[in-house]
Order: sequence, then structure tokens, then C-alpha cells
Amino acid sequence: MAEKNETKDKPRIGVFVCHCGSNIGGFVDVPSVAEYAKTLPDVVYATDNLYTCADDGLTAIREGIRKHNLNRVIVASCTPRTHAPLFQATCESAGLNKYLFTFVNIREHCSWVHMKEKDKATRKARDLIRMGVARARLLEAQEEAKVDVAATGLVIGGGVSGMTAALSLADMGFPVHLVEKEGELGGFVKNLNNLYVTEKSATETIKPLIEKVKAHKNIKLHLNSTMKSVEGFIGNYNVVIGTKGEEDTKAKIGTIIVATGALEFVPEGLYGYNQYPNVVTLTEFEILCKKKTLPKLKNVAFVQCVGSRGQNKSYCSRICCNVGIKNAINIVDNYENMLGLMEKAGTVVEKIPVEQKVPDEILDRRRRRRGRERGEEGEAEEAKLGPSEKIEVTVFNRDVMAYGVEHELTYNKSREKRVKFVRYTPEHLPRVYMEGNQLTVGYFHETLKLERTMPVDMVILATPLVAQPDAGELSQMLKVPLGQEGFFLEAHVKLRPVDFATDGIYVCGTCRGPSDITECVTQAAAAASRAAIPLSKGYVLAEAIASEVNTDLCVGCGICATLCPYSAITVERGPKGMKAVVIKAACKGCGACGAGCPEKAMTMLHYTDEQLIVEGLAGIKEVVL
Amino acid sequence: MAFEPRLVGFLCNWCSYAGADLAGVSRFQYPSNIRVIRVMCSGRIDPVLIIEALIQGADGVLIGGCHPGDCHYVNGNLQASYKIGLTEKILGLAGIDPQRVRLEWVSASEGQRFADLVRDFTGVLQKLGPSNAKDKMDGLTAIRKALSDFRLRALVSNELKIVEEGNVYGDKLAKEKLLDIVYHATKEEFERSMILLLAKNNNVSVKDLSKRMNVPADRVLGHIVVLRQKNLLSMDHPEGFTPTYKTIEVGGEQ
Repeated sequence: MAEKNETKDKPRIGVFVCHCGSNIGGFVDVPSVAEYAKTLPDVVYATDNLYTCADDGLTAIREGIRKHNLNRVIVASCTPRTHAPLFQATCESAGLNKYLFTFVNIREHCSWVHMKEKDKATRKARDLIRMGVARARLLEAQEEAKVDVAATGLVIGGGVSGMTAALSLADMGFPVHLVEKEGELGGFVKNLNNLYVTEKSATETIKPLIEKVKAHKNIKLHLNSTMKSVEGFIGNYNVVIGTKGEEDTKAKIGTIIVATGALEFVPEGLYGYNQYPNVVTLTEFEILCKKKTLPKLKNVAFVQCVGSRGQNKSYCSRICCNVGIKNAINIVDNYENMLGLMEKAGTVVEKIPVEQKVPDEILDRRRRRRGRERGEEGEAEEAKLGPSEKIEVTVFNRDVMAYGVEHELTYNKSREKRVKFVRYTPEHLPRVYMEGNQLTVGYFHETLKLERTMPVDMVILATPLVAQPDAGELSQMLKVPLGQEGFFLEAHVKLRPVDFATDGIYVCGTCRGPSDITECVTQAAAAASRAAIPLSKGYVLAEAIASEVNTDLCVGCGICATLCPYSAITVERGPKGMKAVVIKAACKGCGACGAGCPEKAMTMLHYTDEQLIVEGLAGIKEVVL
Repeated sequence: MAFEPRLVGFLCNWCSYAGADLAGVSRFQYPSNIRVIRVMCSGRIDPVLIIEALIQGADGVLIGGCHPGDCHYVNGNLQASYKIGLTEKILGLAGIDPQRVRLEWVSASEGQRFADLVRDFTGVLQKLGPSNAKDKMDGLTAIRKALSDFRLRALVSNELKIVEEGNVYGDKLAKEKLLDIVYHATKEEFERSMILLLAKNNNVSVKDLSKRMNVPADRVLGHIVVLRQKNLLSMDHPEGFTPTYKTIEVGGEQ
């Protein structure tokens, strides 16, 4: 249908004032407001509806446009933040450009906040509609320009998230550049021993993924590589990938996925780390297990929440409870398998005298007690427990958060396997120290309210995942934000978890916050499908609420380009000399350039100075200019 | 009857407007004096818009943006803080109480804060009484001109960058130092705009101007030299040796 875009025509405004049941009607004299609207300049039709957003209300708008040949529509009801799309679509369906629609908020900003002052609320509703009319008269139809999209993806980071995202895009048929900083794929996971729930080796788990990525014809793999520069906007990024010892690669990219991962927090100065032998982080412990260089152990202590949750980092790293429990079970079940011949492996972890004598009668008593607790069956099982029985594992924790469907069961399993969980509070942190030659954990027993000590052979510190130190550099290059803790910040925590506010760039995996592999894969698949939308569509619609340069006024000073948070303005030489040029597809319509242009050469479409001034004036005086 | 101030609010779509919506949804009651204009970002607010509202009779202008770090457009709110800072300074020069202009951060979850804010600001304006804009129209017109011209706009637009990244020579200026410079420039531009305004219709002498603007004669003469160089003032010797000046109309403006 041909849209009525002849905005040069004299405005013919229709005003639809909504009762919203009694939400507005109960506190504002709606019929009188509609009557008042009829007296305003260029208003040719005004009415009130019980519910403008209901079918009959929407029909009334369409009918109004048709019968009264309206070229501007005003709805005075609730907030544009929720209902503007509905009314805009209604206008469009009746052939009216959606930018000729004006929303006046007389519910959230009027009837609901002046419930005890009907006269004042009614007067305010009239004023707000007058402001809307003043604005509507100056509105112009806007078109959303189509901008072509280069059908190639870029994924930064070759861990599980990055590989999954790259494979998803590649499987959809799009060429993908995958950029990995290190010399091999696999990211954080390649350090790990086994993965929880499946108990399968980490290397074996990600091996098929790595092989698929390497073999995929659509994936161009860049190892030992980093991003050197990224310029442009959605659909049209010009990127330079720098590879060690090789020439830079230049590519034209449509959409970008950030999957740069995270690092483990190094607990320098905490719990005797780097001070006493055999105090290691969770990941270091996994490396020891993986390399089979674990020393002989009898008493192992885990300390959870080291450096997280209000200590060095404010947040909870989420995954460490489950990783700790996994390793606790590993120690109990697979200790023999993980045990290595340290001397052969030449590990730096010192051998500890573990053959501490516990009197036999005490051991007997413990066995009998456990047998009683388990009943007869348990006793039979007890006999089967092999060498692992000799190992004592204690997990010092603030609270165990075994979130998820299977993890609570794993937690229960660890309890059944006699892993001890000892609670501590931030006021009474456990202490790790040497008593003579003996590594010892001192702690406050919260139930007994007593200081206790425990000789141990190894202390394993569960530290949080932390942001990559070079995340800031990438964030500036891509012009996407980081949160307070240095992780990448998504557009909306609930509704847009893998998008950035900047169109065309997406995020997944641990670079946006601690996540386990399942979650990383989920996010990666989500990010890939979001990134594929513009790629498969082949174009994007540029924001119509964008800035526009008046080249007669522009002096090419370039201040607007520095003000623009999206690099949507460049200064280029044209027939009239150096002038600012707005890249419509990149402009987000904030208007900062217009407010800052020294020559007032920048106009914000749909929010022009003129429109804002008349709207203000109509709010102050009973005048419509 | 108590004085009912006319309050115009420019609220950013993403935080403050949403905060005002939440006040509504939560039924937090506040005085009905405010008339809200929705803009996409507080960074959109050109100081000229604020002056226009005051000229037209607003008793107060509220600008609402996202909290620092939360701006939907990265740093539009910080840009706003510099622009509003300039506006407050120049208002003081013209004898308008800067309390009539207020920049506040309201997040989408701060419905209560928005309601409290409007109540508080309305109360402040009630105490200040009706705006004296009518008596200060010359000053406001001069402000509007100064804020429309290249020098102040370029200066304030570069402020954030100079404080955070340094100038083209790599010098970073302390914020206070920069604000000093801006104040100095603002005062000069305001006085020059005032001279152009007073000399618009009649020939005026340095002595006249000095008296009417309450600015020392040597300072007025300094401005006149600059304005003459820019070819914005014409000089005349109608009587004796006292030169008088008249504004040259430029390109239909003014």
C-alpha cells in the first residue's frame, strides 16, 4: 500500500484519548479532554475510547485515518515504551508512515501519579495533548534505509564458546573467520582434567569440536592471532587480523561474535598461596591430575569462594561449587588413577610426609560407626571401598550452591562418599599455615563455636573466573561496554543476553561472566543464531531516527565525529570541501552530535530543535506554534 | 493560592522516562506541575533548548539522564553534564538563578526517586517564586546567542575529551582548570552578545554600554575591538569625538 508521506500537506490530525478502563478515566475527565483536543490547530478529529489498544480501538484509528483523511495520529494513553510499536503498526496498516504517529502519555505520567487531583490531572492531560499536537504538526515521514550486509562472520576466541559459535555459523553456510590468541584451540577447557556430570576427560570431550572446526570448509582459522583493528558498522566491518610471523589478514565482515573467555583469579597472598607448598588453585589441581603428577595425599582441604563474593571480587563465580564437588568425588573415587610418580614427572609440588599415624582403634571405631549409619548393606559396600577410603576430603564453604538439575544430586553423592562440608562465614575465614612441617588449616567451627585445626597435605583454593586483562582493549576497538568487573556487558540482562547494544556485535561464554560449558555452548549457539539474522537477510534497516548533516552549514571541524559513541560520523572531502558524513546504519539516534555541533549543522531527525521547542512552549503556555 | 511553577522536563527514553513510568506504575504521587518531553538521550539536550524554555516562561527545567556508566548511548549523559554545567554558569551571569535548571540521574528502577525529585524541585521553584525571565530578557537573548555561536559550543563539546583523553598536544587538563577556562570564555561571549544586542537598534558609546551592562569600560572596549575585527559592529562619529557603535546585521539573523 502506498503510504501517505506527503508531509508537506497541511496536517490533518486525529486525536484518540484512551480511558484505559478506569486507569485514566477514573482520574482524568477524558471526554472533556477529547473535546478540548478538537479545539487545537489542525485537529480534524478527536474521540475517546475505552481501550485504544483493544481491537475496536485499533479499528477506530484505522477508520479515522480513512474517513477523515488523517495524516497525523495522536494516541493519548499509556507509555510509548510499551505500546508505541502496536499503534505505529496500526497506522502503517492504514497507510500512514509510522513516524507521523505521536504518543502522549497520560497514564504513567498523569492519571496514575495525580490520583487525588482530578482537576489538575485533567488540566495536565490537556497540556500534554497540546504538546503532542504541537509536535505532530512538525513531524515528517521517515524512511528506514536498507544497508547491505557482507555475509561473513567473525568469531574472536577459539575456546568452546568461540568454536561452537563458529561451527554454528559455518554450518549455516556462512564463511567464518575464527581468531585465536594462542597456538592451539580449546581455550580454558584444555587445561582441565575431566568435566562434571559426564566425568569424561576434558580433552576427549572437546576433541571432536576442535577436529570439526579444523576440517570445516567454511571456517578460516587464525591461530596465534589477535584483532588489530575493527572499523565500520553492522554488515560492513573492515577488520585487520594480525598473526604472529605472518602478514596481516584483511577481511570484510558482516557480524562479530566476541568469545574471548576468562582467566582464573590468582589468589596471591591468600591462604598461603605461593607461600607454602601444595597450596594450589582448582585449575592447577586439575592440571596436576591431568598430568598425573599428583603427590600422595591423605587429607585434602578445599576452600571455596577464595577472593570472590565480596573479597577481591564482588561476584559469585557460580561454577566453583560444582567444580569443587567434582574434584572432591574424583579424589575419593579415582585417586589411584590420578596419582602420579612425582619423581619421574619432575613436578615442583613438594612431596609431603603423609603417613600420619592414626591409632588403629580410632580407625576401627570410625568404620563401625559408618557401618551402623549405613545399615547392613552399607557395611557390605564399605568392605568394597578400596584405597580411597584412606583419603579424607574436607570442603570449607560459605554455602554450597549446587544449582541445576543434576548438581544437587552430585552434591548428595559426594556427601555419601564421606566428603565433609564445613561451613565458614566471612567473619571467620579459614587460615592456612605451617605448624612445624605440617600444612594446617585452622577454622572456626560454626556449630561447635570452637576454633579447630586440621592437618592437611594439600589445600585447593576455588577462585573465581576473572575477565581477560586485554578485554578493555577489545572493548574500545569494538566500542562495546564492559561491566564493573571487566566482563563484557550485554544489551539487556534478561531480554538480550547475547547481544551488545551496538548492532552487529554479539557476546557469549565466560567473557560475559562465569558460566559452565553447558551454558557457554548454549550462549554460543544463541549468539550465532543472532549473528546469522543479518547475515542471512542480506541487509539491515538503518535507524530512521538518525542525524543529518546540513553541508551548507558544516565546516568540517569533526567535533561531531569525536562526540559520536558509535563512530557513525566521519569527516570526508566532498564537492563542498571537508564535511561530516553520517553512516546511517551505524547511527543510533542519540542526538549528541546535534547538541554539540558548533555550527548547528547537525539535525536529529524526528527530534529536531524546532520540534522540541514547540513541544516545550505548548507545555508552558496555551499556545501551539 | 500557592504559586504553581511551570516545570518542563526533558527525560531520556531509556532511564529517566522509564523511571517516570515506574513512578506511575507504582502509583507514587507527585505534584502535577511537570510537563515531560521525551528525548532519546540527555546528551541530545542542546543548552539552547533550555534557554528557549526559560525565555518562553518555564519556571524550571529538569533534564533527566541515566546514571554515569549506564547511558544507553555510552556517554551521552556525561556530555550532558558538561553542557548543563555551562548553561548554569551562563545563567548566573544574566541574573537568572541557576537552581532553575537541574540535571539529575534517574534509572529505570528509580520510580520513587523520580517522584521525590519532582516534588523536591517543585518545592524549590515554589520557594524561588515566578521566574524573573521577563525582566532579564536582554540577558537571556544574549545567552541564547552566545550558546548558539561557535566558540562556546566547540569548547563545551571538547570538554569531555580534553579531560579524559587530552588535547591535540596530549595535555590533559584538570577538570577545575578547564572549567575556569570555560567560565572565562562564557563571560566574554555573554558580554559580547550583550553588546551586539544593546547596539542592535541604536548607536551606543562605550560609556553607555559600560553603564548598562555594569562592566568596566576597558573591558567593553576590549570586546568592541574583537567584534569590530569580526565585522559585527560598525563605528560612527556623530557628535564630537565620542565614537558610537551599531550592530551590523548578519545574514538575516537577529
